[in-house]
Amino acid sequence: MMFGANALAETTPPAADTGTAQATEVPRKATVEELSFWYGHKQVLFAISMPIAEGCVTALIGPSGCGKSTFLRCFNRMHDLYPGNRYGGRIILEPEGIDIISSRTDPMVPRLRIGMVFQKPNPFPKSIYENVAAGLRIRGVRSRAVLDGQVEKSLRRAALWEEVKDRLHASAYTLSGGQQQRLCIARALAPEPELLLLDEPTSALDPIATAHIEELIDELSARYTILVVTHNMQQAARISRFTAFFHLGRVIEFGPTEQVFTRPRESMTQDYITGRFG
Amino acid sequence: MAEMLVIDTHQRIAKARRRDLLFAGLGLVVLFLATAVLLTLILDLVVTGAPHIDWDFLTNYPSRRASRAGILPAWVGTSLVMLVTAALAIPIGIAAGLYLEEYAPRSWVTDVIEINITNLAGVPSIIYGLLALGVFVYLFRLGETILVAGMVLALLVLPVIIVATREALRSIPQEVREAAFALGADKWQTVSMYLLPAARPGILTGIIAALARAIGETAPLITIGALTFIAFLPPSPITSEPPFLSFDWLWSPFTVLPIQMFNWTSRPQAAFHELAAAAGVVLLVMTLAMNGLAIYIRYRTRRLMR
Amino acid sequence: MATSLQRASPASSYGIQPSPGFLARRRLVDRLVRSLLFAAASLSVLVTLAIVYVLVSESLLFFRHVGLVEFLTDTQWTPLFANPRYGILPLLAGTVTVSVIALLVAIPAGTVLAIYLSEYADNRLREVVKPLLETLAGVPTVVFGYFALLFVTPLLRRVIPGLAGFNMLSPGLVMGVMILPYIVSLSEDAMRAVPDGLREGACALGYTRLQTATRVVLPAALSGVTAAYLLGMARAVGETMVVAIAAGQNPDFTFNPLEGAATITTYIVQVSLGDVAYGTIAYQSIFAAGLTLFLLTLAFNILGFFLRRRFRQAY
Repeated sequence: MMFGANALAETTPPAADTGTAQATEVPRKATVEELSFWYGHKQVLFAISMPIAEGCVTALIGPSGCGKSTFLRCFNRMHDLYPGNRYGGRIILEPEGIDIISSRTDPMVPRLRIGMVFQKPNPFPKSIYENVAAGLRIRGVRSRAVLDGQVEKSLRRAALWEEVKDRLHASAYTLSGGQQQRLCIARALAPEPELLLLDEPTSALDPIATAHIEELIDELSARYTILVVTHNMQQAARISRFTAFFHLGRVIEFGPTEQVFTRPRESMTQDYITGRFG
Repeated sequence: MAEMLVIDTHQRIAKARRRDLLFAGLGLVVLFLATAVLLTLILDLVVTGAPHIDWDFLTNYPSRRASRAGILPAWVGTSLVMLVTAALAIPIGIAAGLYLEEYAPRSWVTDVIEINITNLAGVPSIIYGLLALGVFVYLFRLGETILVAGMVLALLVLPVIIVATREALRSIPQEVREAAFALGADKWQTVSMYLLPAARPGILTGIIAALARAIGETAPLITIGALTFIAFLPPSPITSEPPFLSFDWLWSPFTVLPIQMFNWTSRPQAAFHELAAAAGVVLLVMTLAMNGLAIYIRYRTRRLMR
Repeated sequence: MATSLQRASPASSYGIQPSPGFLARRRLVDRLVRSLLFAAASLSVLVTLAIVYVLVSESLLFFRHVGLVEFLTDTQWTPLFANPRYGILPLLAGTVTVSVIALLVAIPAGTVLAIYLSEYADNRLREVVKPLLETLAGVPTVVFGYFALLFVTPLLRRVIPGLAGFNMLSPGLVMGVMILPYIVSLSEDAMRAVPDGLREGACALGYTRLQTATRVVLPAALSGVTAAYLLGMARAVGETMVVAIAAGQNPDFTFNPLEGAATITTYIVQVSLGDVAYGTIAYQSIFAAGLTLFLLTLAFNILGFFLRRRFRQAY
């Protein structure tokens, strides 16, 4: 199913006094065109097309094993780490219009512009400072001043600075699970990515840590384009502006979150949201 | 009838239990015997040899007079040879282990390399000596020197370092690689900034074990022409005039500690046997200390990983 | 082929990107590193080829002077005599005798110990035994040789009156203790790889630990344990110093452990200790002997490798 330019049109319901419906077009950060993916001989994504709105959170929901994480990992070509995988279709990254998954594109290119946070917090076995600075060192930043500045900025943005500013050189493993995940978020933010991929960022955390991270995602959505894979529908409803519902490797429905959750067009979406399956 | 069956079964069970206990006893006996042999060996060596270890012993040259003989050229030779062995085996071993674990694609070339390494680990050390004799000493005209000794021992212990490197890398969880990858690191950045540092303890353990093994090797060094009686020292690596470093010692004839021990053991006089024991104690202290260090590092890192 | 290097997109005001120079350098380093690492890994192939080359080329020179049949069937090995004879049988006899004695010690003791460690012992005991075996494995072979000649032989001579000063029994026994750690560790690995499900089934049937070990675990681990034996055999056959010190160097054709003998390895040592010039038959003879040894251990190692592969695949 092709989602055209109108997909990102957001309609606000007619206000009682103004009586006019307003449609606002949201600019795109990326466009997915007919994306397919094979693990070896097994096809797991089937010609998915959808837009990725700039400066908002897009949630990817659906039952387990339906391809959400696989879809996410196509954006930064994580699948290249393992042999035997194959992509089909295009993911166009704006504003230059480069195709992320084309074999002619250097895989470093998307990875240097896109950040990722994983399901289970995976800080490096190094200090807190070194974890956040990692992305910068990888890009060749040597200046102590720049590193210090970016580390502080990213830790503040990840709402972790106050808790760790006195022990930046302690091992990352001394942090709690929730703190480690925020550290991973800071680490992903430090190189100032254009797109943030969050793969079930709270599923390994307790409810309080989860609440913190959701708050964080909300704050971050003002400045970053974010794609979140989540199992938790309430979470998706809370934090995202657009939602895509996945099932068995296909996107069944895509639209503004408010619409997908209250007035879904597809019956399968309705069934999933009401908990009939998944 | 049934009663007889029950009694029979009881007897069977009792007999099986007895055998079980007997075997447990047997196991302990074997364990005890092995320990006893090890302890006897060490004790015999120490009791016979330790009294002879004094400053003179450590700084004298070998001599036809047992009272004047010492192991100076032997331990100097061992140290110099170990220097060469380490300088060769460590970088090559780590590099090979790194390649096989992180870079090698699944192909027949990789299989061939792996089969070769496994095979070489099982080749008797004296064959390595023959290799070095034919190829290094004569074909390459390197002579019967410390350099060749270091080369042959490096080849011998290479598999130890390779295996240790691979195991150390394998124990690093995949998430570290994924995280580095996602941050935009290329292969070498991932390896040098994150994998090798994490693998350091395991690799270190392998290096120590490899060197401990190399110190005790005798057969290949005899084959390449190490001397058994030597009245001089190789030239010093450090000189008194610029550039203060000399490589002449690489081309020097030499002897090593185990060969000295072998030489003294083979003499008929009992006095030399005691000196052999003394040399053996020095050798044993070195190898056991190194092995102990390796075990300790492994133990420490395992606790840290928890 | 990469697209042109992407700087931060003009539309966005952020994005920390590496300079094009940096990326180019990284690519170069990556390629360089890859080649160096590959070279290091393929060194092993070179070494094998070099071993084969040196053994075969010198042996070919040797066999120009000595017939293959004489080599394989003559019962006298006297290359350094005025009237030299080149039969390898005496050396093989010595090698086999000492190895058999060693294996007669190491295999039963090793298997018992392996079963005990894998089926009986608790973790605390294993924590003690493992370092013990590693220590045993870490003792240099010269030290074992000293022990065999100057402790074990005198001890045995008190018990066995006909024992010669240089004999094969003493080094054989000591070698048995020497290869014990290898057999124990490899067999134990094979046994521990047997899934607990099998043990639990046996337990449910009422087997004792011994019965489980002998009737269930050992048969299941058979290929791995046999591989351990074969590798132990290879180790015994290739051992040099213990025999060189304690068995004498007299290449008599004998299987009598109470006498001394020479093995393939001690012959090579003997020649190397003397003054043997490059290019002489005596020089070439050590390579011929070495080739025989190499083929022997190769056979054991290959068999062991395939057996170990089988036991790993089974699970």
